[in-house]
Amino acid sequence: MTPTGAEDRRPIRVQLPAPLRRLTGAESEVALEVAGAVTIDSVLEALESKYPGLKGTIRDHVTRKRRPFVRFFAGTEDLSHDPTDAPLPDAVARGSEPLVILGAIAGG
Amino acid sequence: MSGVRVLAGTRKGAFILTSDGKRKNWDVQGPHFAGWEIYHLKGSPADPDRIYVSQTSGWFGQVIQRSDDGGKTWHQPGTPKGEPTTTPEGMPKGESNKFVYDTSPETGKPLTTHQHYDGTQKPWEFKRVWHLEPSLSDPDTVYAGIEDAAIFRTTDGGRNWKELSALRGHGTGPKWQPGAGGMCLHTILLDPRNEKRIFVAISAAGAFRSDDGGESWRTITKGLHSQYIPDPTAEVGHCVHRIAQHRSRPDVLFMQKHWDVLRSDDAGENWREISGNLPTDFGFVVDVHAHEPETVYVVPIKSDSEHYPPDGKLRVYRSRRGGNEWEALTDGLPQKDCYVNVLRDAMSIDSLDTCGVYFGTTGGQVYCSPDGGDHWSPIVRDLPPVLSVEVQTLK
Repeated sequence: MTPTGAEDRRPIRVQLPAPLRRLTGAESEVALEVAGAVTIDSVLEALESKYPGLKGTIRDHVTRKRRPFVRFFAGTEDLSHDPTDAPLPDAVARGSEPLVILGAIAGG
Repeated sequence: MSGVRVLAGTRKGAFILTSDGKRKNWDVQGPHFAGWEIYHLKGSPADPDRIYVSQTSGWFGQVIQRSDDGGKTWHQPGTPKGEPTTTPEGMPKGESNKFVYDTSPETGKPLTTHQHYDGTQKPWEFKRVWHLEPSLSDPDTVYAGIEDAAIFRTTDGGRNWKELSALRGHGTGPKWQPGAGGMCLHTILLDPRNEKRIFVAISAAGAFRSDDGGESWRTITKGLHSQYIPDPTAEVGHCVHRIAQHRSRPDVLFMQKHWDVLRSDDAGENWREISGNLPTDFGFVVDVHAHEPETVYVVPIKSDSEHYPPDGKLRVYRSRRGGNEWEALTDGLPQKDCYVNVLRDAMSIDSLDTCGVYFGTTGGQVYCSPDGGDHWSPIVRDLPPVLSVEVQTLK
């Protein structure tokens, strides 16, 4: 996995779970411009900047930790427990695959 | 023309039920915020078109929604006056869900621990807003009752929330513990004579009063007796389910406790039991008639652990004597095979000339009695489980 240079980067794609789509009015997949290295942290910064109503719903306001019932995937690769400042897989960083944000299937 | 607007919070969204003063024919709008738990929504007494909503999810946390037009449109507060409430792309701009316990050196209330179910100590952790209590005089000021138990206040219409940390820092916190629903602050009463006097109730800590706008708090639990805690008359640890008062007599309080119905005639300094002839004195809701301060309503529930009406009969009990002598109100309510619950925030009273009484059930019914409890009929029968019911009387 090599961080991708900004010069050949397309917008980062993020898939949102249905409750957050209803909250923001966003489509299931949103496109974001991310400055610098593409990491979970930088993608969430861009996401929350574009959709301020999502602050606090994916990660805690203060600790910045992922909410327990929220998971991050690239394809089938579970990134939920990776360091949030680690570079995301190339396919996500290039915009050819989305970063998938899922809510746990925990009833309800 | 007068009318009513009933605000129902459910496990899967909010519903708004409106009717004219006859309260016979109803218009049902919703679900708003579909799929999210709506613990509570309530209108401002100072501006009935201003409605605040606690929208919450175990997955995605807390959101506060607000309407400025009686529930026609909603937004997350956080947009300065005069600015559009959405981005050019039409996205909400608000950021109103930041509930952070105030542990600053200025307030001197570090994040201490409370007792967990297993008796160990556990740090406070924000989970959700259970109850929103708008100020009686200012539409932009609202109090929020929180799980884990604390009280927050906004003075800018819900954009920013600040904890009144003296309550959590009362000193008895290590003895507070969660009830079955969590360690929640679920009741906030504002004294209409003096808004600096605030009553709150917490499961399972008890009841507290502030006389200085939340800067300091004292327990008001003298007279409570709870067999389910090691010291039945302890200062804290009581599982208070609900407190109600009449606006004309704010020092008279009625309490539905985990067991026992009680009253205080001195702003909570002393309590005495008024359960009288109730079939069971367990329950969640309690409320007071709009025009008769000695007329009180409860819904007895069977417990421990069953949490449905005794004998499968859904009965509201009314006392016209301030307690002890209760009559069952059954006309229009199911009197067999009924096993729903009525949760603590799910009863409300309108203030029309013939006082209306409302309550919602975990079976999804919202019932209305337009004549003070004599006759009942369902407004709706099949909502998701009802968590809260508030009614606004519209002139």
